[in-house]
Formats: sequence, C-alpha cells, structure tokens
Amino acid sequence: MTRKIVVTGLGATTPLGGDVQSTWQALLAGKSGISTLEQDWVAKYEIPVTFAGQAAVKAKEVLSVPETKRLDPSSQFALIAAREAWADAGKPEVAPERLAVEFATGIGGVWTLLDAFDTLKEHGPRRVLPMTVPMLMPNGPAAAIGMDIAARGGVRTAVSACASSTEAIANAIIRLESGEIDIVVAGGCEAAIHPLPIAAFASMHALSRNNENPTQASRPYDTARDGFVMGEGAGALVIETEEHAKARGAKIYAYLVGGSVTSDAHHITAPDPEGTGAARAMLAALKQANASIEDVVHINAHATSTPVGDIAEYTALRRVFGEQLDKICISATKSSTGHLLGGAGAIEAIFTVLALHERVAPPTINLDNQDPAIDLDVVTSPRTLPAGDILAISNSFGFGGHNAVIAFRSAN
Amino acid sequence: MAHSQADVLAGLAEIVNEETGIDTSSVQMDKSFVDDLDIDSISMLTIVVNAEGKFGVTIPEDEVANLKTVGDAVNFIVSAS
Repeated sequence: MTRKIVVTGLGATTPLGGDVQSTWQALLAGKSGISTLEQDWVAKYEIPVTFAGQAAVKAKEVLSVPETKRLDPSSQFALIAAREAWADAGKPEVAPERLAVEFATGIGGVWTLLDAFDTLKEHGPRRVLPMTVPMLMPNGPAAAIGMDIAARGGVRTAVSACASSTEAIANAIIRLESGEIDIVVAGGCEAAIHPLPIAAFASMHALSRNNENPTQASRPYDTARDGFVMGEGAGALVIETEEHAKARGAKIYAYLVGGSVTSDAHHITAPDPEGTGAARAMLAALKQANASIEDVVHINAHATSTPVGDIAEYTALRRVFGEQLDKICISATKSSTGHLLGGAGAIEAIFTVLALHERVAPPTINLDNQDPAIDLDVVTSPRTLPAGDILAISNSFGFGGHNAVIAFRSAN
Repeated sequence: MAHSQADVLAGLAEIVNEETGIDTSSVQMDKSFVDDLDIDSISMLTIVVNAEGKFGVTIPEDEVANLKTVGDAVNFIVSAS
C-alpha cells in the first residue's frame, strides 16, 4: 500500500448495546446478546427457531419518527452507527467530493419488501407506499448515510452475504489508495430478524435450534455447536488517510493495513473444505500489510458456530499460519453478539480495532468443551495483548463462496 | 361515513407529521404543501396513500395534482367520504 490508512471513528448498535462503548464493555464482560423472541409471529407461523440477537436499543428510541417511517430497519441501524462513528471522528471537515461511503448489507430491506407484499395482498396496489423501492434496495443504508454526512465522492454497497461488510472495509482501502478520496465511512448493517429469513435459514439447517437455552446457543468451536444465531444491528468505521487525519489532529485507533477478497467457486453455500480461498485472502491481506505471519497476535475469527464452517476456517487458518497459529489468540465474538450477517464484519472490525487499541482480546463465551478437531488458542476471558507493534486480522466468509479478510496494525 | 372538516384536518396533520416531522400545528388549511410545507413529491404521494387508508377514500392520481393546499386535500376528503 502506498498510503497509510487509519481508523479515526467507531460507531455501532448491536445485540450487546446501543453504541460502541456499551457493546465493547458487555463483550469484555462475557455477556450474551441473545434472547427469546416474544413477537406474535413466532407462534403464529410456528417458526422452529424462537430466539435471536435483537438490537439492545430499538432504532425508534434513537431516530425521529420520519426517519423511522422513511428508512427500512436496516438503514435505521446503519444511520445510528454511522452518526456515532462520524461524531467519534470529530465530525471531520472534508470536501464532500473527497468523502465516500462503503456500506454493506447482506439481505437488504427485507422488512420493507415483505410488509409491502402483505399490503398488496390485503389492501391492493393503491396502498403500497411510494417509498417502498428506496427503502428495500440494498444500497439504501449507504445512500442514507451519504445524504446524512454529505458524501459526494461515491456511495457504494458491497453485497456478499456474511462477508459483505468486511468487503466494504476492504473496498475503502481501494478508494483511499486511489488518491481521489480522503475519508470513507465504511461498515455494514442487517435487520433480518423477520419470520421469512429465520424460516429460510432454519430450512437449510444453518441455525441453532437450542430454543431452551438461547444465551448458550451461539457456541463457536464447542462440540455441542449446532448452527449460528441470527443477530441484527450495524457497525461503522471512519477510515481516512493518515495524512488527512494528522492534518486535522484526529485521534487514531489503529492502522488499516490490508484488505483482500477472494472467492471459492466451489459451492453456493458450503465452504471449500480445504480452505484455500480463505487462506489466499488472509495471505493477500498480510502481503498488503507488508507483514509476516509472525506479526499476527490476534484473530477475530468468522466462527459462526456451525459444525462445518468452524472446521473449514480452522483448516484455512492452519494452512496460513502453520505452527505459528498456536501463538495467536483467537476470539469468536459471535458467541456473544450472534451473527449480524452483512453487519458482522463491521462490528468485528470494531472489536479488532479496539483489541489493538486497548491491548485486550475479547472473550469467546459458551466454550465448554472445545472441539478436539479445532486446535486453537481460544480466548475465553479478556486476554492482554503484547506491547509494541502488533497486528490483528478479522475474517468474514459468506454464502456464495465469498472470503474477505482485513488486517489492522496497532497505532499507539 | 362522512368525516368533519376538523377531524380530517387533525388526521391529515398527523399523517404529515409522521412522514415529514412537520409540527401538526403548522398543518393549516391555507398552507401549500409545496411552497409552505416544503413537501416533496414522493412524500406527497405517501401522504395520499396514508390518507386513503385512514379515511377510507380514493384520491385519483389526476386529482392529486389539484391538491395544492392542505384545505384542498381536507375538502376533497370530506366530500369523498
């Protein structure tokens, strides 16, 4: 990379908290954001999975009524996270033409789409709201953020299932490297705790069925793991060139030193069991960072808690790091947050940045019996990271064979 | 069922408020949707859809263009209901 790129602002709304600090503190405390769904539709449609990671703070408690009426829930979460990140970065003064947005979603405006279809069926086409299309389109969250902060340097949306927001952050590097842009607001969101996506994910046996113990259902690497737990929310990062950040005296959380995207071309949902595509993404991100595998001290793993996915990622990790992997501490934070799909990579990027900034790797909860086939040093209580110049990576993989990896280096 | 002018004005003001954030007290009979309340075309269409649902009336597409003021809309809904 020719330019140094830094992270100067963080924002989030997650099942653990309505902002970054409350989320991070709950994560360090080993809390679970997963709970039983009390909505009427669970019983009405006999949804087989009765729990999820619902946003700790409802969007309507934060936004104005018109914002909640004109934005899909996914865009509402996006706007909340982006506003926090933008404020955290000190609301930078930047030419609108040099400010861009890279904001992802996995599924898009599913609530808007399906509510509108219900309206059509029950009341006819006259009652379908005129805002339906801009609310359901997957670029809606990015566009809402772009208008809010007056970004005129391009507003884009990566859509690669559960790799989406890590890909968006990798894309931010490309925009900043081009020299055309000084700041990118990057991240991702999801609001898919809706009966249809739950029924559909359950139909493919991707979700945990641990209805009796929701807080223990997301258990990456544990022998009793039986699927992922859906979460909702958003994460946003303000990413800018070091030159621009230093000129305005911004606080710097970490350096974003690498981002890579590969694809498996293997199977639409199953990960490549050899992990070659995932391994290539990790190696490419490290190469961009001019780093060796010995530089990496911490990994925020994708680790969704599915039986095959966790093994496939482990295989890829071993392929990249070899015996060096034994010296790297691994956090599987979806154990606490659930899986935010298109928002997962963004909140995990925030966790990775904070791990470097505060020199502490967050815990993985619910690891009672580690799968003997997964020989990793998994962090189960907050672990101090070494002093000096350290590097961490965050992995995200998605249906479609998408692999996205980003690498951060400590700044303090 | 016929609605009174006051009921329709109050109901319409609520719809306008939810869609745009404009204070209900600003939604008065003589106010122009575009010139006074700065309501864009997609918001106006949303208000029409919601008003049709709330008051059980049909506002034909070619009629929407004639609803310049809040009073135009209120009177149309009262006469159509």
